[in-house]
Amino acid sequence: MNILLLLIPVALLLGFGGLAAFIWALRSGQFEDLDGAAVRILIDDEDTSSGSDGPTAR
Amino acid sequence: MSAVESLVLDIFTPADPEADPSAYVRKEGDGIETLHLLVDGVHCGHCIQKVESGMRSQPGVLNARVNLSTRRMTLSWKAGVAHPGELIARLGTMGYPAVPFDPDALRGHQADEQSFLLRCLAVAAFASSNVMLLSVAIWAGAFSDMEAVTRGMLHWVSALIALPAIAYAGRPFFRAAIRAVSARRVNMDVPISVAVIVTAGVSLFETITGGPHAYFDAAIMLLFFLLIGRYLDMRTRGAMRSTAENLAALASHPAIVVDDEGNRRVLPARAVIRGMAVSVATGDRVPVDGIVATGTTTIDSSLLTGETDPVAVVPGDTVFAGTLNIGAAIQIRASATGEDTVLADIVRLVENAEQSRSVYVRLADRAARLYAPVVHLLALATLLGWWALGGVSFHAALLIAVAVLIITCPCALGLAVPAVQVVASGRLMKAGVLVKAGDALERLAVADTVVLDKTGTLTRGRPEITNLEEREAADLQMAASLAVSSRHPLCAALVRAAGPVAVRPDTVETPGMGLVSGAGTAEIRLGNRAFCGIDSDVPDRGTELWLQRSGVAPVRFTFADGLRPDSRAFVDWLRREGFDLEILSGDREDAVAEVAVALGIDRYRANVRPDGKVARLAELEAAGKKVFMIGDGLNDAPSLAGAFVSASPASGADISQTTADFVFQSDRLVPLATAILIARRSRRMVKVNFGVATGYNGLAVPLAIAGLVTPLIAAVAMSASSVLVTLNALRLARMKFRSYG
Repeated sequence: MNILLLLIPVALLLGFGGLAAFIWALRSGQFEDLDGAAVRILIDDEDTSSGSDGPTAR
Repeated sequence: MSAVESLVLDIFTPADPEADPSAYVRKEGDGIETLHLLVDGVHCGHCIQKVESGMRSQPGVLNARVNLSTRRMTLSWKAGVAHPGELIARLGTMGYPAVPFDPDALRGHQADEQSFLLRCLAVAAFASSNVMLLSVAIWAGAFSDMEAVTRGMLHWVSALIALPAIAYAGRPFFRAAIRAVSARRVNMDVPISVAVIVTAGVSLFETITGGPHAYFDAAIMLLFFLLIGRYLDMRTRGAMRSTAENLAALASHPAIVVDDEGNRRVLPARAVIRGMAVSVATGDRVPVDGIVATGTTTIDSSLLTGETDPVAVVPGDTVFAGTLNIGAAIQIRASATGEDTVLADIVRLVENAEQSRSVYVRLADRAARLYAPVVHLLALATLLGWWALGGVSFHAALLIAVAVLIITCPCALGLAVPAVQVVASGRLMKAGVLVKAGDALERLAVADTVVLDKTGTLTRGRPEITNLEEREAADLQMAASLAVSSRHPLCAALVRAAGPVAVRPDTVETPGMGLVSGAGTAEIRLGNRAFCGIDSDVPDRGTELWLQRSGVAPVRFTFADGLRPDSRAFVDWLRREGFDLEILSGDREDAVAEVAVALGIDRYRANVRPDGKVARLAELEAAGKKVFMIGDGLNDAPSLAGAFVSASPASGADISQTTADFVFQSDRLVPLATAILIARRSRRMVKVNFGVATGYNGLAVPLAIAGLVTPLIAAVAMSASSVLVTLNALRLARMKFRSYG
């Protein structure tokens, strides 16, 4: 059972890593425009876009 | 100053592209300046791309970022290279009218509250996943050969994670529970807080004394699920409100004040003092009450009073804030400001109506009122029953009672309403309806009477050609090719009727009179009868345009405020659905009667003042009716605020949009019919969800009372019911809603 002494801290550390990453993302404003983030992935690069209606155009 | 008024006036911004927005520009250092803008018309990824790349291609612009959720944009540029006024004008010509705003004025505590909930949610997610990891080990150990020492250590680690997390992530519930209890009320947060705190306390005691069962996983998971519900609830309300605020800000108009030297500057309407000269251009709203100093024009007061026929005004006449100047540019002298204006009167009426609005108790709170006492009594009865009658120790009885508390904790109940509301609001958004109040859907579902305003609600609130069939298509095309150069509402109606036309490049407009193109025999005139030199017997009501060419008989176009394309279908549908219908209008008797007859509504009242509308709604309410009020004008705002539930079109007055529960963006009324269907279905779904949650309790509570619930069973029961409730709500997203048409 001694392995637990290693594994529990490792699991906690990973969890803390996730939590810290989330708080960082929250603070840097990545959750302020969820709708925009969803469609931005579909936007073509600027130089190829002119004249063509992207798949997101309605 | 009321919330409504400060909203309308404080974030008030110049819509005039010529006006200098430098007051809103922030200097960031290094010669970089930023500006926050509200951008109208951004709906999709394509719009984002167009706006952002359009701005970035301007010289000097460093960054442009659009927020699609709030329709706001941040723009930064090198000072001196780019000019904010030009950038805004450029956006306008791209089809995205924008106005600057002060982010601090618009940013309420809503955004902070939202990120606070998200942080709590993240902590709860972290803690519950880790505690669950340890719990799985303990459960597995219970069936194999885990030693008490190892189990004790796992319990201690769980406590170490769970207790700080509960203290941190439970604050939204603990605060609300304390507020409720100190106001001698009970809401959902009271049983939640009691269950979480008691569970954590007993689990800690078990850990210290080396007992076999600790419920840390249940306590923290409970918070996790409930925080999801709380966050969804907050997000729906926040997003909808900010969109409505944007609409209101875009609709406000500034005052262009002219000083003695003839210099013009833009001032917020509330900063105008009595006696100042204010210029009102064609197509602009009058910003303050005043007396016409120079110029004659035609004033459309349909938004203020509901009267459809424009009124001609000459120097010496009084004009009111909120009316539309559809004739020539005029100059007025401000006569009433601040508290004295007709607008301020309406704001006062809105406040009174808001205060007298009967309090609606949300379904979830109603459930909590029944629920909280029942579960607490049940837990207490279990404790006493086992201790006094069951013959077990107090400690054992307490553990069983805690299991009852955990099992009955309203986890699924907390998700039942928000999950449905989020999905329903998303559906409504797609149908073109914004929901502004969290409980508006619940109220709409039980409304039984619809009270309609006429001008701008049943009708379009803008002129349309009435004699289209009698006119040649070629005449219409020719008239439209001139009209397209003007902002006058009658010209706009011509252009709408004609469709796309080529612009005549040499068109010259004489404000308030008409347009002329070409010279000599090729001259074409479009305008009022004086401008076209017409001598006609037909009475002039100010809503006509003449097309005059040499050698051809003059052509007359007449205009009137027509019904919306589906007003008739909407009213018929409402009648089929069993609603009582009534029209309340500020317009003339005969105009209202005409619409009422056309739609087959026999109950109507004309010449009703704003306070009269409120009084009529109060009468209906006293008679036990639940009124759904639909209106757009300033004169409707008090009744929209006082009605059981209300809606306003996006074309309505800004105050109406901020006071109404729903704002619909369409030329047609069908979104409202869809909203009624979705609201009814959501209400049914919320009730089904309550049923699911209660049913789960019905199964699990006997087990808990019998003392058979281990931490494992508690965890499974809780997550299963929460997931089931959420899945049930998601069904709403796939349902079809067909009203008519």
